[in-house]
Amino acid sequence: MSKGTPTIDMTPMVDLAFLLVTFFMLTATAIPDEPVAVDTPSSISQIKIPENNVLTITIGKDSRVFFNVDGQYTRATLLGKMGELYGIQFTPEETHTFAIMSSIGVPIGGLKQFLDMKPEQRKELQPQLPGIPVDSAHNELADWVLQARLANRQVRIAIKGDRDAEYPVVKKVINTMIDRKVNRFNLITGLEGGPAEK
Amino acid sequence: MAEIQGGGDDKKKKGGKVRSKKSSTRIDMTPMVDLAFLLLTFFVMTTTLNKPQTMEITMPEKPKPDDPEPPKVNERDVVTIVLGENDKVYWYSGITDPKIEVTDFSANGIRKVLQQKKAELPKLVVLIKPSDKSKYKNMVDILDEMNISVIQRYAMVDITPTDEELIKDSQL
Repeated sequence: MSKGTPTIDMTPMVDLAFLLVTFFMLTATAIPDEPVAVDTPSSISQIKIPENNVLTITIGKDSRVFFNVDGQYTRATLLGKMGELYGIQFTPEETHTFAIMSSIGVPIGGLKQFLDMKPEQRKELQPQLPGIPVDSAHNELADWVLQARLANRQVRIAIKGDRDAEYPVVKKVINTMIDRKVNRFNLITGLEGGPAEK
Repeated sequence: MAEIQGGGDDKKKKGGKVRSKKSSTRIDMTPMVDLAFLLLTFFVMTTTLNKPQTMEITMPEKPKPDDPEPPKVNERDVVTIVLGENDKVYWYSGITDPKIEVTDFSANGIRKVLQQKKAELPKLVVLIKPSDKSKYKNMVDILDEMNISVIQRYAMVDITPTDEELIKDSQL
């Protein structure tokens, strides 16, 4: 054995590392940009949420309600329909911004202005967004849900509530759904070990 | 670790004889490995491995005016659960002159009550009344308890002033 530096053949390790990198790259779906940190309650349910065609209604701890639907085409169509309904004209740029954006948490009146902002500005504003109005007198969530269902008929509705969200807000959201004849929806929950664990 | 050996000057010294180098053709892989592991770490961290679970829930349709009357339920088969503040669970059976009791979401709490009632009453109907002070978590937990105890007949109803008074009076 010579005195030189001891060498290790790194090839198998590199092979493995790249294999893993490839695997994770292909399976990765980036964590979606959440408008508000939501700590979901746990349940014993084993049903997984579908991959796509999901309409998510997020209810934050502070009773703010956010709306999100996946699919760029759906979102673009949805914005057009909403604009028609409320008499707001959205430019193609705004539609594009909307299509690639995540959750919506502004009343429709402020949406145009919100879309015109720079991404950094939007991010900065995130903690102070008012959320979507769900009051019975002024219920924009109902329109969002209805129009989203018209834009994509296969959409499934999921409610993602924070465990400490106040029940009255949840009730308002659920009643909004029932009023629009949406009787079946999913509640997003975390994993729990089952009855033995508690 | 092997290095690419710089030996360009050797040729001139040795009389122009071209000597093919026998030294190893190994490349220093360290930077590549560094990069590979960096990427690996990044992707491991950003992947959401387990997708969240969902609980499917089907709410009854709003009754239309011309709908036939829903079938009556014997009040003895009814157990009412009121979700209070601070994760408290109030429950009583029957409708007239109920005896209210308080319990919690632990395994010996509401689950025991439900399982006992289920054994007693084959036609058990559970009314869930979340109060305005309850949290979303309480609602999910009680729906979960229904699944755990395999109770098929339950309904989510709005809380009535009578229930609120009952809780107040009981001082539990």
